[in-house]
Amino acid sequence: MTALDTAPAGVTPPTRRSRLVSRTSPARLAVLVAGLIVCLAAVRAITRADDLTSSGTVGAALRLAVPIGLAGLGGLWAERAGVVNIGLEGMLILGTWFGAWAGYSFGPWWGLLAGVAGGALGGLLHALATVTFGVDQIVSGVAINILAAGVTRYLSTLVFEGHGGGVTQSPRVADIATITLPGVSPWLVSVERQHWFLLSDVSGILGGLVTEVSPVTVVAVALVPISYFVLWRTAFGLRLRSCGENPVAAESLGVNVYRMKYLAVMVSGGFAGLGGAFLAEVFANIYREGQTNGRGFIGLAAMIFGNWRPGGLAAGASLFGFTDALNLRSGGESVHALLLLLALGVGGVSLWNLTRRRIIAAVIGLVVTGLTLTWFFVSAVVPDEFVSFAPHITTLLVLSLASQRLRMPAADGKPYRRGQAG
Amino acid sequence: MRRRATIERLVLALVAPLLAVAFAAALSSVILIVSGASPVTTFSEIVGYGTEPTSIVAVLNKSTTYYLSALAVAIGFRMNLFNIGVDGQYRFGALAAAVVGGAVALPGPLEILLLVLVAMLVAAMWAAVAGLLKTKRGVSEVISTIMLNVVASGLIDFLVSTKHFGVQAKGSEQVTTRALPAGAHFPGIPYAGDHVFGFIVVAALAGVGYGFLLNRTRFGFDLRATGRSETAAVASGVDVKQMVLSSMVLSGAVAGLVGLPLLLGETNSFSSSNFKAGIGFTGIAIALLGRNHPLGIAFGALLWSLLENSRSDLDIHDVPGEIVTIMQGTIVLSVVVAYELVRRLGRIREQRAVAAELAAPPPTAAVGTPA
Repeated sequence: MTALDTAPAGVTPPTRRSRLVSRTSPARLAVLVAGLIVCLAAVRAITRADDLTSSGTVGAALRLAVPIGLAGLGGLWAERAGVVNIGLEGMLILGTWFGAWAGYSFGPWWGLLAGVAGGALGGLLHALATVTFGVDQIVSGVAINILAAGVTRYLSTLVFEGHGGGVTQSPRVADIATITLPGVSPWLVSVERQHWFLLSDVSGILGGLVTEVSPVTVVAVALVPISYFVLWRTAFGLRLRSCGENPVAAESLGVNVYRMKYLAVMVSGGFAGLGGAFLAEVFANIYREGQTNGRGFIGLAAMIFGNWRPGGLAAGASLFGFTDALNLRSGGESVHALLLLLALGVGGVSLWNLTRRRIIAAVIGLVVTGLTLTWFFVSAVVPDEFVSFAPHITTLLVLSLASQRLRMPAADGKPYRRGQAG
Repeated sequence: MRRRATIERLVLALVAPLLAVAFAAALSSVILIVSGASPVTTFSEIVGYGTEPTSIVAVLNKSTTYYLSALAVAIGFRMNLFNIGVDGQYRFGALAAAVVGGAVALPGPLEILLLVLVAMLVAAMWAAVAGLLKTKRGVSEVISTIMLNVVASGLIDFLVSTKHFGVQAKGSEQVTTRALPAGAHFPGIPYAGDHVFGFIVVAALAGVGYGFLLNRTRFGFDLRATGRSETAAVASGVDVKQMVLSSMVLSGAVAGLVGLPLLLGETNSFSSSNFKAGIGFTGIAIALLGRNHPLGIAFGALLWSLLENSRSDLDIHDVPGEIVTIMQGTIVLSVVVAYELVRRLGRIREQRAVAAELAAPPPTAAVGTPA
C-alpha cells in the first residue's frame, strides 16, 4: 500500500503452490469447501459446540459478511483503478447515517438509495483530493474517516435529537421483509436439530443460507459476480484496470484516466455506502455511532486476502463474517472449539514443513500447536473479551500467511498526473 | 538571492495552513448558517473560551497528550510508515505503567523513571508486532496496526477486569488498577489556581529530541532518505527492513509516553474510560496539520485541543458543539490539499527561476537540465 509494501525477497517464484492459490478451478474449490465443512463437523462433534455450524450462526455470518464484502468490493473497484481507499470506513459510516435517516424519513428502500448516495459522496471527496489535487491517498482516506464521523455526529444533533433519537443514535427504522425458502427451510432445521455428524452440519449451513435472508443480501451477493463480469469481461473494465496497472500506457491509448479513477472511487464509495445502509437498516434497524466498528478496514483486509479478485474477496468476507457471528452466538464456546481446528491446521502445516526440511518453521508451528492444544484442554470457554477480537486476529493470521503470495495492481496507491509521461 | 528564496519558502510553508484554517472556518460558517446558528457568536465564543485562564490550563493539558501522540505518528510518517496503532500502543503502555507502579514503590524520582521506561518499553513491544509482520511477512502496517488496536482493546478489558489487575472501590461502578504510590505523582505547574501537567516539559523535550534525531543524526538522515525514495536509500546502503522495524519501535516508544501525563499527573490509576481509544487518530490529524515538524505539531495540538474543549461551552450557548468535529475534519482535509497545491506552486516557481537563470546569457558555459 505504501512504497514499502514489497514482499520479502526470495518468495513467490511461480511454484506449484502459488498456482494453487491464484488459479482455483471450480472442482478444486468444491473439494476445498467440502474439506472445510468436514473439518468443522468433526470439531463440532468432538467439542459439542453445536452453534459452530447452526443455521443461526450461518445466518448471522451471512448478514455480517455483507457489509464487510461490500466494503471489500468498494476497495476492489478503487484499487483496481489505482486508488487506495482507506476512507472506506468513513464511507461505511456515511452509509449507516444516510441509510437510517432516509429509511426513517421515507421508508427502508429509500434508505438504501440514500446510503449509496452518501457513500458515493464520500468517494467523490476522496477522488477530488487524490485524483485532482494529488494528495497522498492514505492521508486523504484517514481525513475522510475523521470527517465522516464528525459530519454524522453533527447531522444527528440536528435531525435525530427530539425525534426519538439523539447525538449517537437514530430512531428505529422499519424492517425490510426477509425471504425464506418455503418447504425447504423447516425441513433443514429439523435435520439440524438431530445433531448428526456432517448431515446436521450441512443442513445447518444450508438452512442458514435460505432462512430469513434479506433481499439486500441477495443483491450484495449478486454484486460479486457482477463486479467480476464488469471488471474482467468488458472493455470498460479492461480500461479501468489498465488505470491501476499502467496509467501512462492507458492514457496513451486514449483512456481518460482521471474520469476512470473518479468513477471507480465513486462506485467504491457507493458500495461501501450500501454496506453501511445494510448495517443500519437490515442488521440493526437503527443507526448507532461506532456501529461500523472497523468493518471498512476488515473489508479492505478481505480484499487483500482475496488477492484483489472478487471471488477471493467473497471468501475472505465470509471468513470474517463467520468469526464475527460467533460473537453473537455463544462465542466463548465456539471460539474454544475453533482452537482445536486451529491447532489441527497449524500442526498439519508444520508436519508438512518438516517433510520439506523447513526445520525452523516446523518447530515454531509445532510449538504454536502445543500451546493452542494446551489452551484448548485446560479451559472450557474462551473469555468474552477474546471473542470480541476474533475477526481481527483472524485477519492478522490470514494476512501474515497469505500476504507474500499476493499481487496488487502495479500502479496501486501511486499518484498520477495527467501527461506525466512527458 | 538565497535569502529571498528562503523567505519565499517560509511564506509558502505558512500560507498552506492559514489557507486551510480560513477555508475550514468559511465552510463551518456556511454549515452553521444553514443549521440556524450564528458563525460570529460561535467563533467569538471559541476565542473567548480560549483566553480564560482556567480553560488555558485545560487546553495545555490536553495538548500535552495530543502532542506526544502526534510526535509518535510523525516518526512513522517521515519514512512513509503509517502507525495507526498509537491507540493500542499507548493504552498498553499506560496499563503496564499503572500495574507496575501499583506493585512497586521506589524512592523519589526513580519511581517515575521506572514507570516511564516500562510504558515506553511495553508500547514499543506492541508496535514491534506490526513492524515484524511487515518486515517478515509483508503485511501492510496500515491494516495490521488497526487490527492490533482492536486486539489491544480486548486484551486490556480482559486484564483490567476484577479477576486480574482491576480493583473496584466500594460504591463505585468504575474498575481501575491499584492506585499509584505518592512518589509516582508527577508535580504540576501551578497556574490560575489549577495545575498544568508537569509532563508538558517532558513532551517539549521529546519534541526537541525528535528534531535532533531527524535532522542531526545519521539514523534520522537514513529515515528521511527512506521516506523520500526507498530505491535511493537502498542504493546508498540503507537496510530498509531494519529501518522499518526500528522506526516502528521508536514510534511505539514515544506512543508509550502518551498516557503518562494523565496517569502520573491526574488519575493515578488506569481505567478503560479514562484512557480512551481515539487519541491515536487525533495524533494522525495533528501530525498532518503540523507537517511532521515539532513546532508545527505543537500549534496543531493547541488548535485541536482548543476546538475540542470549547465544544461543551458552545453547547451552553445553543450552538451545536459537534460543529468543532466538522471543523477539525475540514481543517485536516483542506490542509493536506493546501500543502499539495503550495508544493506544486513552489515547484513551478523553482522551475521558472531555473529556466530564467538558464536563459540568461551564461557567464560560463555551464548548462544543465532542470531536474
